[in-house]
Amino acid sequence: MAVVTAVPSGPRLALRRRPRVREAFIQGFLFLCGALSILTTVGIVYELGKESLAFFTTQLWENSNKPLAQDLTPDDTIMQVGSEGAALHAEDLIQVHDEIMRVVSIEGSSIAIERGLQGTVPQTHAAGIQILRSNRVTLREFFTHTKWSPQIGDFGILPLVNATLLTSLIAMLVALPLGLGVAIYLSEYASARARSILKPILEVLAGVPTVVYGYFALTFMTPLLRTILGRDVVEIYNTGSAGIVIGILILPLVTSMSEDALNAVPRSLREGAYALGGTRLETAIKVVVPAAFSGIAAACIVAISRAFGETMVVAIAAGAGPALTFNPFQGAETMTGHIVRISGGDLSYDSIDYNSIFAIGLLLFLITLGLNIVSQRVVRRFREVYE
Amino acid sequence: MNQPAADFDQNLPRRRRSGRIWRLVFQVSTIVGILVLTALLYNILNQSFGLAAVEYAIPPESLAVEGVPLEELSGEALQVILRANASAGLVRALESEKPLAERSRDELYELVMDRVAEPQVVKTWSLVDSLLHRRDLEREAAEKYPAARLQSFSWINRSFIQRPQAADPLRAGVRTALLGSLWTVGITVLFAFPVGVGAAIYLEEYAGDSRLNRLIQTNINNLAGVPSIIYGMLGLAIFVRALEPLTSGALLGYVEDPTQANGRTILSAGLTLGLLVLPLIIINAQEAIRAVPNLLRQASYGLGATQWQTVWSHVLPNAIPGILTGTILAISRAIGETAPLVVVGASTYITFDPDGPFSKFTALPIQIYQWTARPQAEFRNLAAAAILVLLALLLAMNVSAILLRNRYRRQY
Repeated sequence: MAVVTAVPSGPRLALRRRPRVREAFIQGFLFLCGALSILTTVGIVYELGKESLAFFTTQLWENSNKPLAQDLTPDDTIMQVGSEGAALHAEDLIQVHDEIMRVVSIEGSSIAIERGLQGTVPQTHAAGIQILRSNRVTLREFFTHTKWSPQIGDFGILPLVNATLLTSLIAMLVALPLGLGVAIYLSEYASARARSILKPILEVLAGVPTVVYGYFALTFMTPLLRTILGRDVVEIYNTGSAGIVIGILILPLVTSMSEDALNAVPRSLREGAYALGGTRLETAIKVVVPAAFSGIAAACIVAISRAFGETMVVAIAAGAGPALTFNPFQGAETMTGHIVRISGGDLSYDSIDYNSIFAIGLLLFLITLGLNIVSQRVVRRFREVYE
Repeated sequence: MNQPAADFDQNLPRRRRSGRIWRLVFQVSTIVGILVLTALLYNILNQSFGLAAVEYAIPPESLAVEGVPLEELSGEALQVILRANASAGLVRALESEKPLAERSRDELYELVMDRVAEPQVVKTWSLVDSLLHRRDLEREAAEKYPAARLQSFSWINRSFIQRPQAADPLRAGVRTALLGSLWTVGITVLFAFPVGVGAAIYLEEYAGDSRLNRLIQTNINNLAGVPSIIYGMLGLAIFVRALEPLTSGALLGYVEDPTQANGRTILSAGLTLGLLVLPLIIINAQEAIRAVPNLLRQASYGLGATQWQTVWSHVLPNAIPGILTGTILAISRAIGETAPLVVVGASTYITFDPDGPFSKFTALPIQIYQWTARPQAEFRNLAAAAILVLLALLLAMNVSAILLRNRYRRQY
């Protein structure tokens, strides 16, 4: 304050900070742009979660073909049923006409029931009416059943997951050795000139759209496999050729991430190894690769996540129809392939098909997100810092 | 004293040998990588060109007038042929579409070829087969398809690019798909470029080291790894379904019949792809902004500029080549994306050109997917030709990105 009063005369300089509305407005807008990414994630989690929840809570009624053996009055808590049809179990929710009941206990053909559930009113039911049984998809069924056929109410995700794992495994068997080999060659052996030619060529592979790889799998890899191994061994649609082509597709990813990691290892380490009499191979394998381990591991994990989420190659070449098989020469539909096939048709909202693909999508999202987070952790945790 | 040295000498040949072997292994993996790329291109070219056995309703030679072949006839002569050979109903339909007299010679020639000669492909052979076993193929074709004529055929040609989708492989083209792709990507750029650059500026120039800002950064890195099909499902749930009144154009009064409108439009697809490439654009733009030396900012502040003035007149002009390069690469990713568009609901059989953001659409990759999924060999050929169009588009974009980078590269 004293300083201000000490200024004797002349025009007054306002050195105090003035509010700048325009600047604040712009900063707010820029922040919103950044925050949109959070909204995207929230949107993904919310939408996938909401529809998945609907998938697990929607009550489907399936006919047990079991008829009511005697008339049921509104006061009865025991009902007599016929012997035919599917068996009922305690705690099953059942529907008779439009009344919902719960099975309390079963003794032979007489069943103790709790009446008028979920806002329905106990009514009189005539003998002969068929009992509907609730078939809500439970998490246990989802993860343990071995059949996926939505038309008849079978929702076991194992065949889809199995096919995804199979194609990803084959992809990794192709991409890891090849990708590491290429990366080591480019960073440790190749001359600067060879590198400047080879790297762009390999980068072209990364720019090719996945649908082109799908075409390649179906029209080149599958016929090739069929010629080599025999037409009766290899089916037209098979997970093997899809897996190999996914491997080719993620090859540039493995190569470029691993090569970056290898290049980040300081020269002094290599020179130290040479000074101790190491050959070029020994220097590369025993010194440089271990030093770049975090980056290489991260590359592998990201590659696995890419292979899991890869869609078009499997949609085109791996076959349409979920099948639980470990034979890479047979067709089997993966999680992504199933989503594409179902949503490519005429999909009506809130149908069980619509909800089911979101449940699959949620699982896929969680797996890939988990893998990506793990890869970031690996980089941070195992990074060797030099200098 | 001498013992270790002797051991060393003894081991040396073995170590050298394994060094040589592994070097070979590494070289071979690199060669395999290049071979695969070659195989990919070979396969596509092989399917795009080749021999085809074509059957004609009326062979073009027999349409020659007084020894002048069909290709060299004038427009008037072609009109006469068309009227003489095509059914009256067809001529009337063509006249009402656009009077024959007003059509150009090339248009008339196409019409005569399509409607009078009516070529039909009965069998195709790949380029390599055609070159190596031409004589065998000619014999086979003469035996099996006596009425057909064997001719060299390029599936990719001018009419392939100019024609809309059609059920007959010879008349099918990619114009609607190409336009659909361009419209979609246009929407994607309009949405993702400003938002992406804005987010990058915020993160690099404004954001302090707060928990929220770190969360945004980590989140962007994670979003870049989410499979594209998940974005498709997000687009289906949000743009197609929840925002249907907006994306179908009903809210803006754009559609005549609101009951027929749905959200499966170019706008939905463009926004979905926009969300998909947003993380890529942000990450690339951040790198470009980070590469602008701090000296420039400090000099600007030193002259009394505000933060936004500094960003707008000093940071952005210097970062824009890098930002544009990154954006072009992200956009070329968007052009090739197929899965999200299938989920969002690109229609597969569309014969009319898209006329705005609210029209139904198909896209080039979708068209490739559809044709690949068909069992007939001719559609595989079409798919290969469409792939060539797509790759040419991507090549053009990548070349422009590289040129841009080289043209505006600055050294500090």
